[in-house]
Amino acid sequence: MPNLSTRWLKKSPWVYHVGTGGCNNCDIEILDCLTPRFDVERFGIKLVVSPRHADVLLVSGPVAYHIKPRLQEVYKQVPKPCVVACIGACACSMGIFKDAYSVAGPVDKVIKEIDPNAIFVYVPGCPPKPETMIMALVKALQKI
Amino acid sequence: MENLVLYLLAFLVFPGFLFTSTFGLVVSWIDRKVSARIQWRVGPPFFQPFYDLFKLWQKELIIPRSAKGMAFIIAPFIGLAATSLLASIIGIINLNPEYQFVGDVIVIVYLMMIPPLAIIWGGFSSGNPLAALGANREIKLMMGYELPFILAVVTVFFKVGSISLGEIIQYQQVHGALLNHPSMLVAFAVSLLWLQAKLGEIPFDISEAECEIMEGPFIEYSGPLLGVYKVMMAMLHVVCPWFLISIFWGGTSMQGWGILWSVLKFVFIIVLVIIIKNTNPRVRIDQAVKFFWGWVTLLALIAMVLMFLGY
Ligand code: SF4
Repeated sequence: MPNLSTRWLKKSPWVYHVGTGGCNNCDIEILDCLTPRFDVERFGIKLVVSPRHADVLLVSGPVAYHIKPRLQEVYKQVPKPCVVACIGACACSMGIFKDAYSVAGPVDKVIKEIDPNAIFVYVPGCPPKPETMIMALVKALQKI
Repeated sequence: MENLVLYLLAFLVFPGFLFTSTFGLVVSWIDRKVSARIQWRVGPPFFQPFYDLFKLWQKELIIPRSAKGMAFIIAPFIGLAATSLLASIIGIINLNPEYQFVGDVIVIVYLMMIPPLAIIWGGFSSGNPLAALGANREIKLMMGYELPFILAVVTVFFKVGSISLGEIIQYQQVHGALLNHPSMLVAFAVSLLWLQAKLGEIPFDISEAECEIMEGPFIEYSGPLLGVYKVMMAMLHVVCPWFLISIFWGGTSMQGWGILWSVLKFVFIIVLVIIIKNTNPRVRIDQAVKFFWGWVTLLALIAMVLMFLGY
């Protein structure tokens, strides 16, 4: 990716939250990041409500069959460059849902089906702590 | 020829685009910082609005297949141009009240309707049902808030006996700010409510309700075009309070302590808007229209009656 186009992305990553069938615990931890205790706005991180405004997709949960086309559709609607953050053990590697009959696969596999060059950040934990998420995002954005 | 260059400079640089947009982005930082402090958070760094803007500039621009391409692209720029024009008219007249033309207040009031119209046009042309819903609400809200505001402005006209901004400012330089009269205080309160709705702030952010219709008209905008809208909204946060200061509070001056005093007036209005925004829930569209056509219009009529009684 050219250097220029990510220069300011680090300073203001706007995140969009996609739940793909997890147990809802990760989603609650994501909301914790916005509370006064963690306040991610210090880093310019802002929760947006339309995928068109997003720079980072926060995906939580294993990808169930019925949500797979929707996740791919949402990914296509995000203006590039963008980062996909897999929040929680489920999103990284399906966690406790491994070998279940209803899941299509971890997030990276599903998204690589439509865009092999997608950028991923993995935040393991069940659920990961808000500190971990903030650290992962900050570190990932320094890398790209 | 020289005049033309001066006008262009006024439109693009000093009171116009460049100055107002920079100032507007600072205002949006104040907005986010004060909101954060009210919620016991730390808040974003000073340059955050600028980072956001630069980033949006570097993102991909997506034009949805369902959108009417030209209208979708042009709408934000029309809003931006109208806002820059507003800023330059108000700024020049504040710098030099002699520099006026008959009925400029009416022109300003009309021009102020163009940014919401641009939002409405962009929303409808994006072909998204939620955007259409948001644009629809924006139309209703606009019909609601313009009536009492125009009544308030007409009250000022009768008080001063003139329909030009320069003469209103000169009148205040001679007789003291209009706010010293009780009738004008009521009209100013009406205008503050108008300001809240005009800037699309809670409790009147019905058209872009984030968690309900997902930013409404802005939902399909991405990258640079979203950035244009952000700049336009930031400039509106400067221009509208500036207009209220000009017609009610003696205008702004650029000499000596006048600068500080002007900035203080400005910050007072902005912080008031932010505090109202952070302590109120969103109302429904029917409640908002009823509120504006009922109580606020009544308030504006009271202001007018008080003014005719000589208060
Ligand atoms: S990682 Fe754990 S907490 Fe998160 S969705 Fe999966 S099971 Fe729930």
